Amino acid sequence: MSEKKIVLDARGITKQFPGVLANDLVDFDLREGEVHALLGENGAGKSTLMNVLYGLYKADSGEVKVNGENLILSSPRDAIYKGIGMVHQHFMLVPVFSVTENIMLGAETDHRATPNESPLVKLDRKEVAQKVKSLSQQYGLEVEPAAIVGDLPVGVQQRVEIVKALYRNANILILDEPTAVLTPQEADDLFRIVHELTTRGVSIVFITHKLKEVLAIADRITVMRGGKVVGTTTPQETDEHQLAAMMVGRDVILTVEKEVAHPADDVLLVEKLRVRDVRDIETVRGVSFTVRAGEILGIAGVQGNGQTELAEALTGLRRIEGGTIQLAEKNLTGKTPRIFTESGLAHIPEDRQRHGLVLGYTVADNMVLCDYYKAPFGVNGVLQQKALDENSRRLIQEYDVRTPSPYVSAGKLSGGNQQKVIVARELSRANVKLVVANQPTRGLDVGSIEYIHKEIIAMRDRGVAVLLISAELDEVMALSDRIAVMYHGEIVTTVDAKSVTREQLGLWMAGSKVQQPAA
Amino acid sequence: MQSAEEKQAPQGWKRIGRAIMDAALVPVLAIFSAIIVGGVVIAVVGGNPFAAYLGLIQGAYGSTKAWSETFVWATPYIFAGLAVALAFKGGLFNIGAEGQLAFGAVATAWVGYALPGMLGVELPAILHIPLAIGAGMLAGFLWAAIPGALRAYAGGSEVINTIMMNYIALNITSFLLNGPMKDNNPLNVIARTPEIAEGARIPVIFDGLRVHWGFPLALIVAFLVWYLLWKTTFGFEIRTVGANPDAAKYAGINYKRVIVLTMALSGLLAGLAGAVEVTGLNYRHELGFSIGYGYDAIAIALLGRTHPLGVVLASILFAGMRNGATRMQFLTQIPVDIISVIQALILLFVAADAIVRYIYRIKAKEDRLVLTRGWGG
Repeated sequence: MSEKKIVLDARGITKQFPGVLANDLVDFDLREGEVHALLGENGAGKSTLMNVLYGLYKADSGEVKVNGENLILSSPRDAIYKGIGMVHQHFMLVPVFSVTENIMLGAETDHRATPNESPLVKLDRKEVAQKVKSLSQQYGLEVEPAAIVGDLPVGVQQRVEIVKALYRNANILILDEPTAVLTPQEADDLFRIVHELTTRGVSIVFITHKLKEVLAIADRITVMRGGKVVGTTTPQETDEHQLAAMMVGRDVILTVEKEVAHPADDVLLVEKLRVRDVRDIETVRGVSFTVRAGEILGIAGVQGNGQTELAEALTGLRRIEGGTIQLAEKNLTGKTPRIFTESGLAHIPEDRQRHGLVLGYTVADNMVLCDYYKAPFGVNGVLQQKALDENSRRLIQEYDVRTPSPYVSAGKLSGGNQQKVIVARELSRANVKLVVANQPTRGLDVGSIEYIHKEIIAMRDRGVAVLLISAELDEVMALSDRIAVMYHGEIVTTVDAKSVTREQLGLWMAGSKVQQPAA
Repeated sequence: MQSAEEKQAPQGWKRIGRAIMDAALVPVLAIFSAIIVGGVVIAVVGGNPFAAYLGLIQGAYGSTKAWSETFVWATPYIFAGLAVALAFKGGLFNIGAEGQLAFGAVATAWVGYALPGMLGVELPAILHIPLAIGAGMLAGFLWAAIPGALRAYAGGSEVINTIMMNYIALNITSFLLNGPMKDNNPLNVIARTPEIAEGARIPVIFDGLRVHWGFPLALIVAFLVWYLLWKTTFGFEIRTVGANPDAAKYAGINYKRVIVLTMALSGLLAGLAGAVEVTGLNYRHELGFSIGYGYDAIAIALLGRTHPLGVVLASILFAGMRNGATRMQFLTQIPVDIISVIQALILLFVAADAIVRYIYRIKAKEDRLVLTRGWGG
């Protein structure tokens, strides 16, 4: 195993961004036909390293060797030419183009005999489609060349990205957080493909922050933290806890400690709710459920099954097509966000930078984003700076927000601290009866995740109803008292969180029919 | 407790000082660069840039009279610049200040000359001036509310609509000044209204100088705009809608209403520019009196970083250049048009601030000036 040829060798890579040393003398190598996982929290420097290897960033110092050849990669074009392919976290596909067209994009076959001929020649889709077919058979990557990419499920789109790289003769593949958008079943499929690719000599860098995956798929594991390589190990030599400790630099509690819930009265009552998304497609299709005071109801589901629209409808941000929403015995159907807030809603939105914060505002201003008009912050239409200051100082301390001062703009904080600003603002409001937390820990470091989980459970224990929506199955399972599985705009089933397995939830999330009666 | 308070105060001032420095850095360097490039242009066409700039400064700020004239020029610039800046703060691009200003001037002029006749009494200044100016503000307010409502409720781009409405406003103004509102003094051949009543005129501050009380009024209004934007809850709403409309919705702000009102208030300020020109300087409205104030206002708002204080300073600078140009031409025979070149250069450097940052090796700041969200954003 270790005797294999090194195909990619990076030595002493250093990359400085304003205020951040993103890569600090990083060494990383990749052997032929192996899966080398790069593990680290968000902001650990994984993506920076890969962008250097892919020619998107130029390193300040250090050298990169591909197949023993010293290289200066100054653009992705160079990297592709040298056989490096990358599948980004957000796919770089044109949704209205067919699979074939996407694959040939930027690598159109040139049939001109001389460069002087007119460049306006017919695109040869047939030949490409043929090659796509043979590639997909060769590697077990099923894709239909004529399908329109926008119509394909996410997992298949990812396959298209992989075929695209192979089409460009890549023998080194960088997969950036490839499972973030997949169902557990789709992820299994991906693992099978990755395995298939390596047996045929393709070498793979697998970037992730999920420990289980790393152990399941990697031949070697390199852990990064704070821009440095912490160490390299193999799945045989390590386990989840050790990896987690390497990632965060301390032991973390992977399970959330919580007492038994004592649910009381219904706080949120949703009946036959129907909502359309921005494309005017009905993505919430007759959903009914209740959340009781003192319990956490988790909504499990693969992203894009209506959770976003559900959360927006439940917070007044999106118009509803039908059904009713009742919060604390008040009918809030069709009411505005402000009325929801005033009726006792605290909302941790899915996209903290788009909805939750005004990045150019100070922390102090962001902490009154929803309450600026009420005493003590707004009196007779005039902002009370003193009250704003006091409020932010108190919340910064109470919620451990790491900021140099309340007057720093929120955009300058790390993701974890930005989220803490939102959590502090929402959970500290007087008279909160319901918390809607949508992806509350997405993209955060383990320390912040732990903290936010504790706060959410503390709200529950204080008798607040909590609706948790998360694409992280582990998070839903760890926090929830009951779990509702959402698939294709419907709630497939609602079960007791203690009596269900990860595998079972995964099957329901993927759309398999419910066999047992719902709890 | 007291010592803690004392510790806080200088910190606060230091913070504000640094904020001003940060905000002023690019504009000041842009002006500096434009002066250098402008000097090169003057030298290339055979002039002496030092003599030219000296003449410009003398003409603009070299004497009491020069200052007076600069302030006269600056007055409409401040109002119109505030109009554009306020809209920018709300994420809206008001290119329609020119039209709003024209309607403001028309409405003010009408109240100024026709109202006493209709009521059959001479109105006292204390009543007539506010009525005349109020009419101009109202006209601008209503006229700008239309593109605001189109933006908020129909998603129509305010950029396009305000440009279109400029043509409508200017053509209607032309019709009114040539027809129903024309000064029918038999000696008059040009499109203008009759003179407004004595009682509707804003007095000058010093005898013998043209600078009138409209200038201090502009400074007060600049302060009020600052207070509105940064000290009131409504200003918080305007800025939130401007900086992040999605967060504004999330925060429960009625953003459609805010958009309409922001646009209307911007129009009110532009209307005020027209109203004060009529009551303070021209004593009538005349076709072609506004030589592009509404468009210069965009440059002024940008140079002033959309901050009221910046707008005041930028207005005094632009006014000085317009005012000093004549003396420069008189002394050095360099055409006044060079001023337009320099102003365009300033705007270029401010708008493309990456150039300035590159030339002077300034590290990029995270928080860029957010002006408008563009199409339907």
